[in-house]
Amino acid sequence: MTTAAMAKAKSRGDYVRIVGLIFGGIVLLGIIYGYITNPVTTTAVLASTLRQSTPLVLGALCGLIGERSGIINIGIEGQMLMAAFIAFLANVYTGNLFVAVLAGLATGAVLGGFLAFMSVTLKMDQIIGGTVINILALGLTSFFYQTGLTTQGKLQAIALGPLAEIPLIGPVFFDNPPITYATLILVMVVHYVLFYTRWGLRTRAVGEHPSAADTVGINVYKMRYINVIIGGSIAGLAGAYLTLEAVGSFERAMTNGRGFVALAVMIFGKYTPFGAWGAALLFGFAVALQTQLQFSGRLEIPHQFIGMLPYVLTIVVLAGFVGRTRVPAAVGKPYEKE
Amino acid sequence: MTTQTDSKAKPSRLMAIWRAASIPLAAVILALLVGAVILLISGANPIAAYSALAKGAFGSTAAFGRTLEKATPLILGGLAVAFAFKGGLFNIGGQGQLLFGAIVAAGVGFGIDGLPFIIHMPLALLMGSLAGALYGAIPGALKTYTGAREVITTIMLNFIAINFTDWLADGPWKDEGIVARTPAIAEAAAIPTWGNIPAGFFLAILAAVATWYLLYRTTTGYEIRTVGLNSNAAKYAGIKVSYTVILTMAISGFLAGMGGAIETLGVVGRYQPGFNAGLGFDGITIALLARTNPLGVVPAALLVGAMQAGSSQMQFDAHVPFQIIDVIQALILFFVSADMIVRWIVRVQPEEGEQVTLSTSWG
Amino acid sequence: MDKTNRPIVLEAKGLTKRFPGVLANDNINLKLHQGEILALLGENGAGKSTLMNMLYGLYTPTEGEIWIKGEKVELSNPGEAIDRGVGMVHQHFQLVPPMTVAENVMLGSEITSGGGRLNMRQAIRNVRELSEQYGLAVDPTAVIEDLPVGTQQRVEIIKALYRHADILILDEPTAVLTPQEANELFRIMRDLTAQNVSIIFITHKLKEVLAVADRIGVLRSGQMVGTAMPEDSTETSLAEMMVGRNVILRVEKSASKPGQPVLQIQNLHVHDDRGHAAVEGVDLEVFAGEILGIAGVEGNGQRELVEALTGLRHIDAGKIRIDGQDTTHFSPRQITELGVAHIPEDREKHGLVMPYTLSDNMVLNRYFKAPYAKGLIMHHDKIDENGKVLVKEYDVRPPNVHALAQNLSGGNKQKVIVAREFSSPTKLLVAAQPTRGIDVGSIEFIHKEIVAQRDHGVAVLVVSAELDEVLGLADRVAVMFDGRVVKILPIAEATRERVGLLMAGSDA
Repeated sequence: MTTAAMAKAKSRGDYVRIVGLIFGGIVLLGIIYGYITNPVTTTAVLASTLRQSTPLVLGALCGLIGERSGIINIGIEGQMLMAAFIAFLANVYTGNLFVAVLAGLATGAVLGGFLAFMSVTLKMDQIIGGTVINILALGLTSFFYQTGLTTQGKLQAIALGPLAEIPLIGPVFFDNPPITYATLILVMVVHYVLFYTRWGLRTRAVGEHPSAADTVGINVYKMRYINVIIGGSIAGLAGAYLTLEAVGSFERAMTNGRGFVALAVMIFGKYTPFGAWGAALLFGFAVALQTQLQFSGRLEIPHQFIGMLPYVLTIVVLAGFVGRTRVPAAVGKPYEKE
Repeated sequence: MTTQTDSKAKPSRLMAIWRAASIPLAAVILALLVGAVILLISGANPIAAYSALAKGAFGSTAAFGRTLEKATPLILGGLAVAFAFKGGLFNIGGQGQLLFGAIVAAGVGFGIDGLPFIIHMPLALLMGSLAGALYGAIPGALKTYTGAREVITTIMLNFIAINFTDWLADGPWKDEGIVARTPAIAEAAAIPTWGNIPAGFFLAILAAVATWYLLYRTTTGYEIRTVGLNSNAAKYAGIKVSYTVILTMAISGFLAGMGGAIETLGVVGRYQPGFNAGLGFDGITIALLARTNPLGVVPAALLVGAMQAGSSQMQFDAHVPFQIIDVIQALILFFVSADMIVRWIVRVQPEEGEQVTLSTSWG
Repeated sequence: MDKTNRPIVLEAKGLTKRFPGVLANDNINLKLHQGEILALLGENGAGKSTLMNMLYGLYTPTEGEIWIKGEKVELSNPGEAIDRGVGMVHQHFQLVPPMTVAENVMLGSEITSGGGRLNMRQAIRNVRELSEQYGLAVDPTAVIEDLPVGTQQRVEIIKALYRHADILILDEPTAVLTPQEANELFRIMRDLTAQNVSIIFITHKLKEVLAVADRIGVLRSGQMVGTAMPEDSTETSLAEMMVGRNVILRVEKSASKPGQPVLQIQNLHVHDDRGHAAVEGVDLEVFAGEILGIAGVEGNGQRELVEALTGLRHIDAGKIRIDGQDTTHFSPRQITELGVAHIPEDREKHGLVMPYTLSDNMVLNRYFKAPYAKGLIMHHDKIDENGKVLVKEYDVRPPNVHALAQNLSGGNKQKVIVAREFSSPTKLLVAAQPTRGIDVGSIEFIHKEIVAQRDHGVAVLVVSAELDEVLGLADRVAVMFDGRVVKILPIAEATRERVGLLMAGSDA
């Protein structure tokens, strides 16, 4: 690389950083202003932001674990939906929310294993494989769903003692139901595992250059299977969030495209857990703000246009950020030994 | 799937057709078997369910007419997906393009008065198809100019289309009364049904033949297929890849939009929300069941159309929720894509030739 | 030096590998002694890589035995070969580009401290120690994709040594090096053998075998056809063993008769896929009836230069004229239509549509023109006719225009491209790596065709990483280094040594 090119690349990085800082600053100022003028609403919007973002963060974590190991997962939507359904049924029939969450995790993992089977073992086109999961989940949940099932309850918020008393920050971050907490912890765990451990190094190697990993004795297929299964269980947690924590019951096709929005979140977040978290918060914030504005009656826009918002935002994000993000080099390609 | 007309002897041609058809046939049979297991689990009698299904699809001329009616938009939805596949693109947005085609056809159908049939119907059909084409071109342009993947953008555009058409039918284009729907189309805009046979079905067949011809007999088709199989080589050959990508998506959207327009003009007679939901996914199953061959789309769509046409009979006679059809379709999609499994069972050699892979264009 | 009295560290007994329809290795016997450099010579497709992949555990042999250090072994994956001290440097480096040197070295044998946490500090220290012990200069914290290929190769060697390899397999290690860098590699190899490392050195370059090997084994169509000692061998004798017939090592051609300039490049600037400057101010002229050869280590801007002048890459600054016309911002189609033929560097990526038939591939540059198409309608009978003529004329096998490109051998794939490109009216021929990875017969054929084009008055630009190919074909030699043409020499002044130094950036 020549020095001029290096300077160019460096200045591009600086540019992104500066834009990020300015943007972050504006958001922070806006929050402070909002809190001073209307603390109740501001707190409500921010708390809603965090909750809206939870399934998106989880979906994006699922996507990025898979893609980092070289497997595209566009079946996140189906994994979420199926897990939401099974978790709901488990809640209905056992009445035990913990068992229900485990059922959601297990469902996601099973579908993750199915995706790995299709893309690693059968070497199917990974996008078709994900589509199979989406259609299958939609069909199976619709077929087995009976109306009129009721549950004994959903996961409730747990205030973390004195932390929850901190103004603004307390109610937003430290007074949440368990899956929302788990999501925040998962972001940190996935970040640590991916970038600081042997497992993470091997995962990234398998996603970038599988034959390099193979020639030093790493089992590419095994790495991909396990990563996609773990990713699936995280998507399953997102599904469990929908039925056990957010809504409390199941509806047909209730994921509403969140699995796909999560993929945009993953790309926007540059395939990093913290990036995905930040991107998901942005999505969550947009939705929370719109809902609030509509609720307060200040915005006279037909509800259909508000309903479009996350999808339009997804397209805008994809249009603006794909190509600026480095995609794991081997993603989408079945690995064939030489 | 080679492009030339071989001078090979007849048996080998039959062999080629068998090779091409055996996997889809086996996939359908396997899917029905697994579907039977699911029915057993749910406590239903699969034999009763399937025979009711068959009766509902083929049991009478009315039933057969219903099958053709159901198959019509499915042919076009399947063609839309198959066509995009040939260009290396995955159009999951058939749903949205269809909705735009349907509502614009309805708009032209009820908005204009006094035109003769010979002008009004084709005009409504064309405008609906063009609306689909424009809506399809959007993800093509997004992919070309920004790199945003059509796999995600088309799905997002589906949700946007659902909301937008809901709004139109509930707002500016709303019919009088409380129901959110457009007024009925003018008589002159309607596609006729001859007895039990919907004329729209023949339009769909025509579209299948035209699509095949476009792909395999024209320079545009050669360009689209070349881009789909190897966009680097296409660029090297002097083909304008970005233009071709947009064109491919536009034609794909045109086909889907035409499906929506025919549904409006030939079946429903107006636009109302909830219109033919799920068609985008059906198109994927049909296109892959047809091994992305436009002519193969017709029998594949007839099969799926028959299942849909028979599903209400099945629900009535055998008390099986009609959603089992969606499960079976998903299983068909799985088995036809997982041809390794199927091939292990029916032992045919893989066909060689133009298999498009989608996921390599991900990055 | 004869080292055959030393202990045998690795032995293959009757190794055979069958792939569906192909006998890649046929009953191969081979012995490697401690501290010995055994050169394995063979042309592309002779079965060298298959043999090595078996010794390294990537393939399981169909028949035969492998013995390592007196023990019969069954290697089912590279991990087991590594455990027994076998290390391999692949022709295509097995390094993860966005990761650092240290990360790449320890990958698969990571140093961790509790809970699987990577101990980067220790890894960096270990890489430093190895690079000092064996004289392999490399910065452990550098990111692979920023390193020149020569350095990447040293990383590969360190990777093997880090795993305590004492049997090293080097697969075509000099393909990406300048002659001087190759000599440096040979020095490293000798240093390693002095420390009792044994080496199998795979190559198709005769000079190198004679320069560095202790013993030579020759492979031809999957069989070990003989062994030789370097002191008893000449290039000609080895070439004959390798190909199985008399080979003319030089391209036969008369002196060139250059005419008008056809290609004129002024102060060209182009960037690569990563957005870095790749071509920085290149000036070149190619005249009708001459072959200008571009020598250089790969990755010094040759690819981007070729893509820029064929319209495939955006030009940042500068000017290109072809046959007097300013083509700087022409599309690939406009440039082709001016009479520019292009043999692309990567035939499978750019030159062919693999699932298409030969017929369809042979009209890739003219499918839209009469008689192949009229308006929008294509005429498949004419397309097949064109295919049949070209398949015959260029001896493509199998001679079936309905065969799919993907089922052809490398040499025949290349012939399809050559047939297509040479059968259009041509003023300028741009040939990038025209004989990469193909058999000697096809190489000779394509070289002859290129010279024939020149003799018809075509201006020819040949880009090749094989210095011998450039020196054999060119009338003038331009050397590229770091995005610039550092020197243009008439062929008479272009000695291997001089060009080699120029390829490394030093102006002799």
